Amino acid sequence: MKLFNKNMIILAFVALLAFVPLYIARSAEFAGADTQASEAISALNATYTPWFESFWEPPSGEVESFLFALQAAVGSGFVFYYLGYTKGKNSINKRDQV
Amino acid sequence: MFLRKSKHIGLLITYVMSIYIIFPDDAYAMHIMEGFLPFNWAALWWIVMIPFVIAGVRSIKKTVTLHPNLKMLLGMAGAFAFVMSALKIPSVTGSSSHPTGVGLGTILFGPTAMTVLSMIVLVFQALLLAHGGITTLGANTFSMGIVGPFVSYGVYKGLKKLGAPQWLSIFMAATLGNLMTYVTTSIQLGLAFPAAAGGVTAAILKFLGIFALTQIPLAISEGLLTVMVFNILSAYSQKELQVLTAFTGKRISSIKREVKA
Repeated sequence: MKLFNKNMIILAFVALLAFVPLYIARSAEFAGADTQASEAISALNATYTPWFESFWEPPSGEVESFLFALQAAVGSGFVFYYLGYTKGKNSINKRDQV
Repeated sequence: MFLRKSKHIGLLITYVMSIYIIFPDDAYAMHIMEGFLPFNWAALWWIVMIPFVIAGVRSIKKTVTLHPNLKMLLGMAGAFAFVMSALKIPSVTGSSSHPTGVGLGTILFGPTAMTVLSMIVLVFQALLLAHGGITTLGANTFSMGIVGPFVSYGVYKGLKKLGAPQWLSIFMAATLGNLMTYVTTSIQLGLAFPAAAGGVTAAILKFLGIFALTQIPLAISEGLLTVMVFNILSAYSQKELQVLTAFTGKRISSIKREVKA
């Protein structure tokens, strides 16, 4: 099978794994698992208070999701730059050999 | 040609470093929140982390000195972990979590190199996004940067030895490494917060229910995506992979066949 086709099939599976839960657990809130963990901690040890605070927190959910989108964009920017770069280098080498 | 290439590589390294400095990785689900580990536990995990970080810095230095042209691939492995941890994906349990992306770098550069990359990511995330924390950095680095990569490495080497196909070894290594990271987080929390009834075991099971179940589909996604990147690398970056073979003793021939198949 061609590389492209094979990777498209893999991507389709990943997309399925990400979107199917939205249907399966329709009524859920999809909060982060760490929020649930802090609730579990208060249930296990009601007297525990965190002894250290974060230095800075994103002021709002919007700012936070902006930072996430930026993070994903910049990260994948570099990953795909590298993959494109190696693909180009590869085809030049091949051409030179011929 | 060569000069231009090294200039490009230099620019890219600067770019990757500035990514880490400006936009920290986030990790909603996995990291233990700032201040949420009692002081003694926090200190213990810090002490455990240090020797691995030292070994990792040495390992990266060695790789970069021996093979300067691998810097870009190292940056790519870091960037991969960076994207993966920005993607908070819904899971069947009705909560969200994200992959860690350390399996790719582990297979390429060895487990301790990823300890360092994970720690850098965790530091900036603790400082700029208020996820994870400086006090819990030791514990979080231990789960994401030490247990995860070492499990991946062990699984990869073990399966290769058993003669499993390349794609399966990569898939299982990335998937199980990711899953074990979250299992470790559950154990760390369970040890620090034993339940009134049932003690440490009951507490660990409770945290496992939160972290590990959510993580299963995401671990599979991470495995699949890692295989995808490897497919591309083995088609176009044969030279780099072969250089890596030199010091990790990996065989690449089966990847080649796999891609052509």
